[in-house]
Amino acid sequence: MVMKTLTGNFAVAEAVRLARAKVIAAYPITPQTTIVERLSEMTEKGELEAKMVRVESEHSALAATLGAAAAGSRAFTATASHGLLYMHEVLWWTASSRLPVVMAVAARAIGAPWNIHVDHNDIMDQRDTGWIIGVAQENQEVLDMTIQAFRISEDPYIYLPVMIALDGFILTHTVAPVEVPDQKEIDEWLPPRRQPYIVSPETNIVMGNLTSDDDYYMMRYSIQVAQEVAKKIIEEVDLSYGKTFGRNYGGLVECYKCDDADYVMLLMGSWAGDAKEALNILRERGINVGLARIRFIRPWPSEILKEKLKNKKGIIVFDRSISFGNVGQLFIETASTLYGMTNMRGVIAGLGGVDVKPEDFVGEVVAFVDDVEKGEVYDTIRWLLPPKYRDHKLGVTL
Amino acid sequence: MYIELRFHGRGGQGAVTAATILAKASVIEGKYAQAIPNFNAERRGAPVEVYSRISDKFIGRHSQVENPDAVVVLDYQLTKMVNILKGLKNDGIVVINSQNKESIGNVKTYCVDATSIAKRHSLIVSGWPTVNTSILGAISKSLGIVSIDSIIKAIYEHFSSPRLAKLNAEAATDAYKETALCGE
Repeated sequence: MVMKTLTGNFAVAEAVRLARAKVIAAYPITPQTTIVERLSEMTEKGELEAKMVRVESEHSALAATLGAAAAGSRAFTATASHGLLYMHEVLWWTASSRLPVVMAVAARAIGAPWNIHVDHNDIMDQRDTGWIIGVAQENQEVLDMTIQAFRISEDPYIYLPVMIALDGFILTHTVAPVEVPDQKEIDEWLPPRRQPYIVSPETNIVMGNLTSDDDYYMMRYSIQVAQEVAKKIIEEVDLSYGKTFGRNYGGLVECYKCDDADYVMLLMGSWAGDAKEALNILRERGINVGLARIRFIRPWPSEILKEKLKNKKGIIVFDRSISFGNVGQLFIETASTLYGMTNMRGVIAGLGGVDVKPEDFVGEVVAFVDDVEKGEVYDTIRWLLPPKYRDHKLGVTL
Repeated sequence: MYIELRFHGRGGQGAVTAATILAKASVIEGKYAQAIPNFNAERRGAPVEVYSRISDKFIGRHSQVENPDAVVVLDYQLTKMVNILKGLKNDGIVVINSQNKESIGNVKTYCVDATSIAKRHSLIVSGWPTVNTSILGAISKSLGIVSIDSIIKAIYEHFSSPRLAKLNAEAATDAYKETALCGE
């Protein structure tokens, strides 16, 4: 083990090096990050024996990754925001072909207008594609989660691609201490790649051909089965990693001071650190709050959330994205699990990198608790407006 | 111990690198640190801000630094363009690359002539003196949060070229010796 100070991007690159990825395909222009820049440097210096494939678009980047994976290689790619949206079609092809692949995504805002800062709408747009989707809080977790992603993706009960999201700029460009495991330890922990079939000149396999509707239906069903099984395997992999490397994170959800809490904040990503500070401030004031940090949005941790949160007085969900015409996506997901069991409120905050501080979380929780105690939780959506727009009148009168 | 800093520099001047090396030096001392660039798509020469946080414990906070304990200014001319004292704590400190040795307002200010030090060590890139490693020496002297030995170790860790590492380490050491309260 060696202690380094790394950006989130470089933490991903270290993880991919340790996992001994064999093929990395990437489109090197905006909105690409320094993840593939660093991996390219590693392959040039001989620190990583991999083939870098430079392609002409993100659509092709994932298609090349899919091809390499079909041929039996441990394959990786990385992208962000618009690049991820451009890949969207191939995301479906990769998951539906049941090919183990790992991709890192710098979660960033989508235009128009242009904005390069953190936002979760790009990853939330991919929830239905069949990918397993993890979201990290710190650079250390970025490294650990990326290594774990290879083992999860290549598990014979799963064989699905895994996406690891790290908040744009807040993690991708912030330098922080990261413990980097030794290659030997990773070689022992991460088994060689396994996959159900390999395309090669010697094997006659047809991929993605026209099927009967019945077969199509059953293949869709099999993806859902794999997602359900992944819930258990993600927990097991996290525990096993913890035993070997001394760090595990709670599997699908990190429940921080949930058990004795009356109210729970539910969110994901790097602002969980600020929310934990808010939690401590609130507890000092006698408001008994916990935090459920979603680590995986797919598979969705419905059973754990139901078990941990159904008897709480209220759940306040902070979304860094919105499904226009409805509410925030995390709120929709949480409501699908807890509807009717507890009081719920959704807050839309931090879109396009708007800064959200511990005191902002404190303010929203206090307002929510007040309303619940008075029996008045009518609004399911609240806007935490940027400071300079705090007096802006919401809504429109017809 | 928990301290927050804000760096003011110009795009291309190396403020991000300064904060990164400061984080490395802090980690060498067993501390936890963040170096946080705050930029859009900056151009060379435009004013930039970078933050750092240093603590003896893990730091979970990722929101922006608004009330720094100290402000570090890599280019004196920036004091005429941006409000470098914005949000600075009441007992806050300024560390500035300056030749005129004047304090900033009523704030406790440390001066170092980082430009001359950089030139002395031939640290010039595309015609610009690279003042960021000298500033690190000044930070060590004036704020006392990280020792100059750790700064030098971090410089050697950061630069892959031994020649460049040596020049930058010498500049940081000179700056450490030459940094003083402005006017003294």
